[in-house]
Amino acid sequence: MTDTVTLPNSLRSQPDANGHFGAFGGRYVAETLMPLILELEKVYKEAKADPAFDAEFAELLRSYVGRPNPLYYAQRLTEALRAKAEPGKGAKIYLKREELNHTGAHKINNCIGQALLARRMGKKKVIAETGAGQHGVATATVAALFGMECKIFMGAKDVERQKPNVFRMKLLGAEVIPVHSGSSTLKDSMNDALRYWVSNVHDTFYIIGTAAGPHPYPELVRDFQSIIGKETRAQMLEAEGRLPDLLIAPVGGGSNAIGMFHPFLDDPEVAMIGVEAAGEGLDKKHAASLAGGASGILHGNRTYLLQDEDGQITEAHSISAGLDYPGIGPEHSWLHEIGRVKYMPIKDDEALTSFQTLSRLEGIIPALESAHAVAAAEQVAPTLDADKIIVVNLSGRGDKDIFTVADALGVEM
Amino acid sequence: MDRLSTRFAACKAQGRAALITFVTAGDPDVAATPAILDALVAGGADIIELGMPFTDPMADGPAIELANLRSLGSGTKTKDVFALAADFRARHPETPLILMGYANPMLVRGSDWFADQCKAAGVDGVICVDIPPEEDAELGPALRAVGVHLVRLATPTTDAARLPAVLNGASGFLYHVAVAGITGKQQAAQANIEIAVGKLKAATDLPIAVGFGVRTPEQAAAIGRIADGVVVGSAIVDIIGSHGDAAAPFVQDFVASLSGALITSIRETAA
Ligand SMILES: Cc1ncc(COP(=O)(O)O)c(C=O)c1O
Repeated sequence: MTDTVTLPNSLRSQPDANGHFGAFGGRYVAETLMPLILELEKVYKEAKADPAFDAEFAELLRSYVGRPNPLYYAQRLTEALRAKAEPGKGAKIYLKREELNHTGAHKINNCIGQALLARRMGKKKVIAETGAGQHGVATATVAALFGMECKIFMGAKDVERQKPNVFRMKLLGAEVIPVHSGSSTLKDSMNDALRYWVSNVHDTFYIIGTAAGPHPYPELVRDFQSIIGKETRAQMLEAEGRLPDLLIAPVGGGSNAIGMFHPFLDDPEVAMIGVEAAGEGLDKKHAASLAGGASGILHGNRTYLLQDEDGQITEAHSISAGLDYPGIGPEHSWLHEIGRVKYMPIKDDEALTSFQTLSRLEGIIPALESAHAVAAAEQVAPTLDADKIIVVNLSGRGDKDIFTVADALGVEM
Repeated sequence: MDRLSTRFAACKAQGRAALITFVTAGDPDVAATPAILDALVAGGADIIELGMPFTDPMADGPAIELANLRSLGSGTKTKDVFALAADFRARHPETPLILMGYANPMLVRGSDWFADQCKAAGVDGVICVDIPPEEDAELGPALRAVGVHLVRLATPTTDAARLPAVLNGASGFLYHVAVAGITGKQQAAQANIEIAVGKLKAATDLPIAVGFGVRTPEQAAAIGRIADGVVVGSAIVDIIGSHGDAAAPFVQDFVASLSGALITSIRETAA
């Protein structure tokens, strides 16, 4: 852990002017994209300073997305875990209900923000990469809302395992382009989206779906997703009269987690756990870039990556398509190195179990991504005193995952 | 004078553009690469760009992407790329050799390590697709410290306001990427290339090479009349894709047709 005296006064003031979060982030893109990225940065700065932009964003979040969504006390889950814990142990678990948003996940928060930026830049076409399809659906949704043409790049393997979302995107008027290169998953869909973008920069806006990519994407995605943490803060103060002790969120590229964490980074009493997908186990196939990776450069940023000794990117694996990515947003790499946020690996089978547990105990079917965070909470809550409070970010709902889960459980549908 | 400026000067003295050819190291495999590199030289290539394979070549179209995957699939390692470069240097002491690739394989062991390897293998310059001038500190200082050129790219989106940033620290030559896009089949209009090269020449004394989308002897000749170098990649890589291990003679014939066109183009210009 870095010596605390070297840390900035506020952990919320990153990135620096060149988009660096400590040693991470930056703008590692082809020259063709550089001017556009610089323009996006300028437009974003102006938008941030424009109260009208903020007002329109807030209004769409309210009337279209359905925010604020509730902070819900998961009493039955809490009690079930207390029953297994030692006396006096078993923290109180709240769920931040991002799964109740329009389109069923946190992804829409960011898409609304970026679509507003696209409109400000005069772009009428948007593209996006998608893994689970949640970001693709959210992008297709805002494209319909704003009357923009939309192309979604999706790994062929994900097209196969996320069929309902593929159909949703088509219903919303988007063109879904299956990507067959590499491992045919999220990283490859991002490669192809970048290839398309570099060839169509004049009229196309790339709506990146997570807090990664070249500066200013990690910053602006985080800012748009920070509504999660801001609401959580206000709702917790109202419900309990104090801040939570621990926040837990799943981490793919890291957008829902950073959105939840960022407003609390300067509150030392609030601990945070980001949950990485450990797939079949850290010694086997997994997608935990902090636990099992090293610093490198991919998709426009320096960050932790799964790679071999030659810097070749290795294939990620997770049962959850949205976590199946060999990298992580640069701000998480920095928060990991300075020790402000702890990152914990959760395996496929643990997530599968929690997927069912939450469904039965609370009547909430979580996304497989979110089930990773629930699994972490199930492990951590019994070790904490009963007067401690945990908030789990329930980043999405699990309807999209029922086929994958049925398959994993050997159930015929 | 170093190898690159010597070669550009020699081509200029002959009144023609330099032919710069690209192949991926280890495509289809490491054993086949030396013969392919020799075929490039025998066919009349003036400068060799050797691609370092990467799993995620985001700036490349299907042809070069497949070349990257063939190379990695046959087990090519970074140490093989440097061994291929060093052996090439021993066989062809005069022909400039440029490594082209992506930041992660270049920087995974640190920029000093990479620069030292380049120096030791007799590599003259490096083109790194995803290190724009803004991130020069990652690679530029280490290469310059050992006298290896970092070749910068100017694209159709590099406007007049930005060009000085691209030229600041550029050396060896300036690579004009003719299309806003990926490597492969898309072609730029000759008129646009002429305008762009004119602007670049007004801004720098570095030789200007034009690449992306140059596939035929006719195109090479047309671009050769206005630029100092013409880069051909995907069209050669396609030949390797079709002929695999046996590609060398086909590569040589094709490269000879390109170099022949560049030489004829001066005669025509002179006449
Ligand atoms: C419901 C849900 N949660 C989490 C993620 C992971 O992405 P991120 O880490 O950017 O929040 C995804 C990605 O598709 C998702 O759909």
